[in-house]
Amino acid sequence: MEITINHYILLSFLLFAIGCFGVITRKNLIIVLMSLELMLNAANLAFVSFSRFYNDNTGQVFMLMSLVVAACEVAVGLALVVSIYHNKQTINIDVLKLLKG
Amino acid sequence: MIFLIILLPLIGAALNGLLFSSGLIKKDHESERRIVSIIGCSSILLAALISTYLFIQLIQNDNPAGIIQNSFTWIVSGELNISFGFLFDNISSVMTLVITWVGFLIHVYSIGYMHNDKSYARYFMYLNLFIFFMLVLVLGNNFPLMFVGWEGVGLASYLLIGFWYDDTQKAYAGRKAFIVNRIGDFGFLIAIFLIFLVFGSLNFSDVFSQAANPTFMENVPIIMITAIALLLFVGAVGKSAQFPLYVWLPDAMAGPTPVSALIHAATMVTAGVYMVTRCAVFFSASPLAQFIVVTIAVFTAFFAATIALSQTDIKKVLAYSTISQLGFMFMGVGIGAYAAGMFHLVTHAFFKALLFLGAGSVIHAMSDEQDIRKMGALRKYLPITSKTFLVGALAISGLPLLSGFFSKDQILGQLYERGFTIHFAVAIITALLTALYMMRLYFLTFEGKSRVSEGVMKKLHESPSTMTVPLIVLAVLSVLGGYVGVPDFVGEIFGVHHINAFKEFVWAAIPVEQHHTLGHHFFSHWDLLVLSVVAGLLGIGLAYYFYIYRPKHLNKITRNEDFGFLYNASNSKWYIDEVYNHTFVRGFNEISKLSFLFDLNIIDGLINKLASFTSGLSDFISKFQFGLVRAYAAVMTAGLIVIIYILFATLN
Repeated sequence: MEITINHYILLSFLLFAIGCFGVITRKNLIIVLMSLELMLNAANLAFVSFSRFYNDNTGQVFMLMSLVVAACEVAVGLALVVSIYHNKQTINIDVLKLLKG
Repeated sequence: MIFLIILLPLIGAALNGLLFSSGLIKKDHESERRIVSIIGCSSILLAALISTYLFIQLIQNDNPAGIIQNSFTWIVSGELNISFGFLFDNISSVMTLVITWVGFLIHVYSIGYMHNDKSYARYFMYLNLFIFFMLVLVLGNNFPLMFVGWEGVGLASYLLIGFWYDDTQKAYAGRKAFIVNRIGDFGFLIAIFLIFLVFGSLNFSDVFSQAANPTFMENVPIIMITAIALLLFVGAVGKSAQFPLYVWLPDAMAGPTPVSALIHAATMVTAGVYMVTRCAVFFSASPLAQFIVVTIAVFTAFFAATIALSQTDIKKVLAYSTISQLGFMFMGVGIGAYAAGMFHLVTHAFFKALLFLGAGSVIHAMSDEQDIRKMGALRKYLPITSKTFLVGALAISGLPLLSGFFSKDQILGQLYERGFTIHFAVAIITALLTALYMMRLYFLTFEGKSRVSEGVMKKLHESPSTMTVPLIVLAVLSVLGGYVGVPDFVGEIFGVHHINAFKEFVWAAIPVEQHHTLGHHFFSHWDLLVLSVVAGLLGIGLAYYFYIYRPKHLNKITRNEDFGFLYNASNSKWYIDEVYNHTFVRGFNEISKLSFLFDLNIIDGLINKLASFTSGLSDFISKFQFGLVRAYAAVMTAGLIVIIYILFATLN
């Protein structure tokens, strides 16, 4: 069986859906962050696949860019998690609802 | 110079008020009293001397336009240009002389009368302030400045009526005077607006020269002039205590007695008469307005005289007498006999101030007792007071050759000669009643049997010389004051023409044609003179009969079933206060309650409903802020899916 662009897109979609599901359903902040990372990388995969498909390097450049941003984001996110844990003694995301109307 | 007359009383008020009444300088009562009296009296004396000097200049120069002094421009707005200017002409000079000299005498009298009062400096400050505003009223050369004085004397009157504000009743009396005057001031203010509308200026000389100009007046509807005249009269009715707005004046007797003499007898209440004289052009141009003024004046004079007949408070009798005499003045100015009205104003200022000060002297001697039923036979104890009081009472009764005789007779004569026959008849009866109630007051207070209680009897004493000297001066003026205006027809007998100097002096400043009597009348001048003398003497005789000769007859009449109710009605002031309470005061309260409810339910209610709707809406919307991050993410995803679905659906 030949691996076509469709397979890559399908994989990317599945990864994104799993990540999205994780963000919505999980309560643990770290797992939420991990799921977010999964969604980002799904997008990266789509970038690279299209880059190869169209023979255009721009997609790869974007992927590298978003990798760097994701790394920063994780660093900041984890720092926030630590800080939240210091304050609340928990990283249950449902406890953080100060903005409830 | 004119400016100084006005400034001096203000300086006196400022010094007394800022230095002593405010407590800035603390001294023992006696030395404070001395300084305050000197400041208060000397400022008025200086003003009086300056105004006398100006008056002599005015006579010598024979200048009917008067002395005008424009100090500075006060208000400029569009066409409106009001200067802070003063006018010292024949009319205002007469008023100024009365105000400053009678004011000075009453200031001197107050030194004795207020001797022991703890607010001595405050009293003199208010009194000076009153003189200041009164002078602004009569000397202002435009309507707004006159209105400033008009309101200012109202304020001073309010402050002095409620001088002893510890007593709630007295504080209320001050408030009543202020509120009732507001109704009149409202009319005056609208009249000023109308005058500006018609004449485009508020300066006396501009307005009156235009109003006296026939070509200008052709384009002005007569109804407009009538409206202006009547609205001005509404102002005069309030300030000069005419029916139906007179109710504040009897209550105003709550103030110290010299105040009643100065403000509520001699000067402030005559401001309305002055104003009508000043605005003579409007009244003379409108026969309807004149008729209404005369009718109200005659009715007030008669009505107040009937009440004065049965009052038992010495000051109340004088208060109703003042209302009645003000009615006489308005009769004079109402029919166009402006000089006669002004003449009665001057003589009345003398003898009514005298009577009030005499009453004050009695009250002072009687340890603040004002009920004439508890007096009697005071002549022995108060020789000077009783004699001067008798002079005043006879002058007001119209006894021949005293001042009241000349002035009242001129008004009555003019009333008849200008065709107000019914008014004349009522006025003659009023003159009789005047003599009756005044002599009743004199007999009950000074003659007959003593009804003074033991405790008061021991302290009975004649007043100090600061009080008796003004009484004597005023008594002399009450006797001689009439001779500046002896009627012309009396002078003719002695071969003197133009003997009525006062009349010619005042008329020179009034831009209206003097009325000359036309045709033949049933009564001649002399018949009218005799008629008013008879009325006066009859009144005095009746008073003697009922109160000295046969006091028991009076009881029979007052207890009589057929006319006893008349006595009761008079004693209860014809229940006018009760009627006003039930109609206007209660009506006003009910309207206030209704409008309060309207405000609470409709105005506030609407706003409250709107506010609660908005807050309910925001409560509802804030429910969407769950606060759960996961829920937000879920909603976002759901929304994204929906958008993508729609995109795909529309693309195909």
